[in-house]
Amino acid sequence: MSRPISEDDLHAFVDGALSDSRRAEVEAYLESNPEVAERYAQFGAQREALRAALGPIAAEPVPPNLNLRHLVATRRRPNRSAWQSAAAACLLLLAGGGSGWMLRGIGMEQTTGINALAHEASYAYAVFGSDSGRPVEIAATDSDALLGWVEKRLSEPVSLPDLSGAGYQFIGGRVVATQNGPAGLLMYDDAEGTRIAILMRPMVRRDENAPMAQHREGDVVGYAWADDGMGYSLVGGLDVAEALHPIADEARRQLLAST
Amino acid sequence: MALVEPLIPSLRRYARSLLRDQSAADDLVQDCLERVISRWHQRRTDGNTRTWVFTILHNLAINRLKQAARRGVHVTVEDVDEAAFATAPAQEDRLHHRAIVDALSLLPEDQRSVLLLVSVEDLSYAETASVLDIPIGTVMSRLSRARHRLAQSMADGPGQTATAATVLRSVK
Repeated sequence: MSRPISEDDLHAFVDGALSDSRRAEVEAYLESNPEVAERYAQFGAQREALRAALGPIAAEPVPPNLNLRHLVATRRRPNRSAWQSAAAACLLLLAGGGSGWMLRGIGMEQTTGINALAHEASYAYAVFGSDSGRPVEIAATDSDALLGWVEKRLSEPVSLPDLSGAGYQFIGGRVVATQNGPAGLLMYDDAEGTRIAILMRPMVRRDENAPMAQHREGDVVGYAWADDGMGYSLVGGLDVAEALHPIADEARRQLLAST
Repeated sequence: MALVEPLIPSLRRYARSLLRDQSAADDLVQDCLERVISRWHQRRTDGNTRTWVFTILHNLAINRLKQAARRGVHVTVEDVDEAAFATAPAQEDRLHHRAIVDALSLLPEDQRSVLLLVSVEDLSYAETASVLDIPIGTVMSRLSRARHRLAQSMADGPGQTATAATVLRSVK
């Protein structure tokens, strides 16, 4: 006795995914069930029509921006002009104060302290978190070089929180400009490509401590705090707002443990 | 990397079929390839490269569709013209292609992904399950729903396309 024919078998028949022996059984079944046969013949025709309609896309010549060799070469060459234009974009956003699409309705009332840091983190995330081409200047594979750069500009030892327990992998980072000097921006993403970032810089008051506080500007949500004169904000999009608090707690725990 | 290059035409086709916008789709493929390059050392060497690359692309596409839905950006079927699905066959074929592509765009995103990966990109059911991170039984039920639904909207004819914008807006 052979197994009864299932719908899965019939779809696999349409997709040519059956073994020879099973296909023979399905063919015999279809011969004696013309209505089912007609329906699945229709699915077969549908499959061919889709392949015919979409096939020409794959036959197009690959455009230069998708040339793998170019992409590998671009990645190896430090791209100063991209960094400069990103910095310019950041400054323009700062000057525009609230005209950024992600940052509608922001004032610039505070220029130092934890609120300023929160504000700077939101700007940095709005600019770089949404950058599909080059969200980071130095990738995670060169994290030693990245840490060296950030430590040099911040004149502070810096460590790299591991957020993989929350599903976020470190993808890299850069130094960004803020109203209060250079800051390190560390970028992480999850399996779906959702990005979160940590901005860090020394506080203007070098002994400042601040309890963790939530902040939100436009579509950017974050948690900012300061420990021993070093300020941090973990920022992300509105859709991950609820997940950010425990991640910020974990990042703070690791950062405290490393100093 | 020699394993990735031959996949690029398929990646472009899958991205464009999901996003229905040529330049957005190519941007997405570029983003995907950059991730492939930067994470090349992180891939499982015993794993399936094609499945790994498609997983990265699919997740990026879904993210992009979610962002577009949040911002209220959507593409209506009227915008899905010959520029997006560039084909240059005979007029009759073109109309037929147009009809199936229109019908495809009426499917919910989760059914469309399964149908495209299985029927067009020739991924096995197991590979499709892995790319979409769903059980194989879910692949089969989505495939079945997609095929029935596509057949239904082809039978209903082009009058249905008027509702496409509404359907697409609900993509999340």
